[in-house]
Amino acid sequence: MQLPPLTGGREMACSEFSCWVRMAAICLASAVAMACAGNPAPVEPEPPSPPPETNQAATTPPAAPPPPTAPPPAPPIIEEEGEISTRSLEELNREAPLQPIFFDYDSSDLTPQGQTILQANAEILSEYSTWVITIEGHCDQRGSPEYNLGLGERRALVTEEYLIALGLDSIRVNTVSYGKEFPFDPDDTEDAHARNRRAHFVITGR
Amino acid sequence: MISRFRILFLISIFTSAVFLVAQQPDTPSDLERQQSEVELIIGDRIDGQPRIATPDCLALSPEPEVAGAAQAIAEVLWADLDFEREFRMVARDTYDSIPTARSLIDLPLDDWRELGADGVVSCSVESISNNRIRVTARLFNVRSMASSFGVEYLGAATNVRIYAHQLSDEIHRHQRGLRGVARSKIAYVSDRDSESVLGLVEDRSTKEVYFSDYDGANVKRVTISRALNNNPAWSPDGRSIAYTAWRPFMDILVSHVYQGRLESPVEGDSDTQNWLPAWSPDGSQLVFTSNRDGQPELYIANGDGSGITRLTDHPAIDTSPTWSPQGHQLAFVSDRTGAPQVYVIGADGTGLRRITFESHCDRPTWSPAPYNEIAYSSQTGAGHDIKVVDLATNEVRQLTYGLGTNESPSYSPNGRHVAFSSTRGAGNKQIWVIGRDGRGLRRITGVGNNEMPSWSP
Repeated sequence: MQLPPLTGGREMACSEFSCWVRMAAICLASAVAMACAGNPAPVEPEPPSPPPETNQAATTPPAAPPPPTAPPPAPPIIEEEGEISTRSLEELNREAPLQPIFFDYDSSDLTPQGQTILQANAEILSEYSTWVITIEGHCDQRGSPEYNLGLGERRALVTEEYLIALGLDSIRVNTVSYGKEFPFDPDDTEDAHARNRRAHFVITGR
Repeated sequence: MISRFRILFLISIFTSAVFLVAQQPDTPSDLERQQSEVELIIGDRIDGQPRIATPDCLALSPEPEVAGAAQAIAEVLWADLDFEREFRMVARDTYDSIPTARSLIDLPLDDWRELGADGVVSCSVESISNNRIRVTARLFNVRSMASSFGVEYLGAATNVRIYAHQLSDEIHRHQRGLRGVARSKIAYVSDRDSESVLGLVEDRSTKEVYFSDYDGANVKRVTISRALNNNPAWSPDGRSIAYTAWRPFMDILVSHVYQGRLESPVEGDSDTQNWLPAWSPDGSQLVFTSNRDGQPELYIANGDGSGITRLTDHPAIDTSPTWSPQGHQLAFVSDRTGAPQVYVIGADGTGLRRITFESHCDRPTWSPAPYNEIAYSSQTGAGHDIKVVDLATNEVRQLTYGLGTNESPSYSPNGRHVAFSSTRGAGNKQIWVIGRDGRGLRRITGVGNNEMPSWSP
């Protein structure tokens, strides 16, 4: 690679590193009475040439206009629906826009809190009227895996029935039981058990 | 060393003499039978079961595989014979002092007798052609010095364990009139391959169906669905496994494991889900749980999915069915009185009766004949234990005692053993096997978590 000539020196070709080595050597040689820092070195490398221009550089926006004299009007509120709809189903489910509901031990009865959450979920589902969901029935880690498949199924079905009663089209909702297979919290504590006894909502289609 | 053998020899003669006195036949028919079998059946000692030794087979070909097979067959045979506890097996590390047999039928029986053996299995392995071997075996009665039993097998050299399993089953049948289980398989689900479920929710591990020999060796993977699968159930002909698959809705699939063919006999969908299949004893029907009428009830269908009939009708959960050996009754689990309990019902839906009265019972498994009992898992504290209820007396006995949680019992085809899952020990779920008398516990899996065993016919 051909580098630009060094200022104050004869024209030469060297790598950037060797140029610096050369400069340091000259500096050392002239450092009998004064320090390098106190006296600029006789030779200085020119800064390396900029990288070749790219398309990105070509599209650099023009300089900002001068600030207006009056404050700008408040920006309009942008509907978040548009933003969500650009996300993958995986990302959407990671955000869990539909809250899970929780059940008492060995019970598939909806609690008052569960009903409140389902009403909120029903509103979201009526807003996003194309979403298709699967309700997963889950159980805590006590009890046998076989029976818990039935218990999880009942939890999912009870939740589905309630949402349908609130106006959700039954064609938009599926159910599945996972029994005790996928605990939210695998610990063997009352708190963990309570978090695992749930109906979990997964958005499977938009 | 010699004096110790002399003492053993004297003890042996003494016990034989007592044995002969104690076993005098009472009736002419007994006399006749015993005379004809006196050299063929190796009788019980007064201090316990007959003692059997299984020295390495003779390697009759120079190939190293043959030498390996000769040792492996003897080792596996020892474990197979030990498993049923019909014989007291002479430990193989005590055979050093016994000279090697000169041939299949020329072995130092006096030396074996001094070691305390009543019977010795003499065997040989020979390479006969490309990757095929001949395994010949004789069972010698050490006292009568007669060969009481002999077999010859020809087959592939790829899995020599099956020669030992076959030999063990034949020795049990010949010597003890017992149906051995060494050729049987145990299916289960496992997360051993650490794969994640394909789907919209992350961090969920798959469970796939596998099966192995009854002793845990020779593992084969059955499902490759990258999904959750559960509750495998061997068909009575031992060639198919029905199981619950999440597709993602629950449905019953039948894998014809030796044909690579998969069926969905009752054809579920997201509205009609089916789970926990169990075969009728003749293999013509499946019983399973389904939500097709709005909540979990039991249904019976023909093997091809036709003729679905409803067995139970109750607003409670009815699930976990198992068939009686004759096919006239089924046991299942229902929470109709609150907590889940085991019930028995006629195959025609009549004659319902409650069997268990405990805090939480599940996964009943009806024993094969001649035993008439049901094993189930019962909540005994933080976890479950395996219990057995005798249907003639209603007596309940417990096989496990609070080490970890013990669930999903499945009977061996001869009814003498129960496989189950347990978290005892390291905490992972593993498949364990225990005798129906609560003795002879052994673990057969060790990689990942393994559960829901089904013992093949």
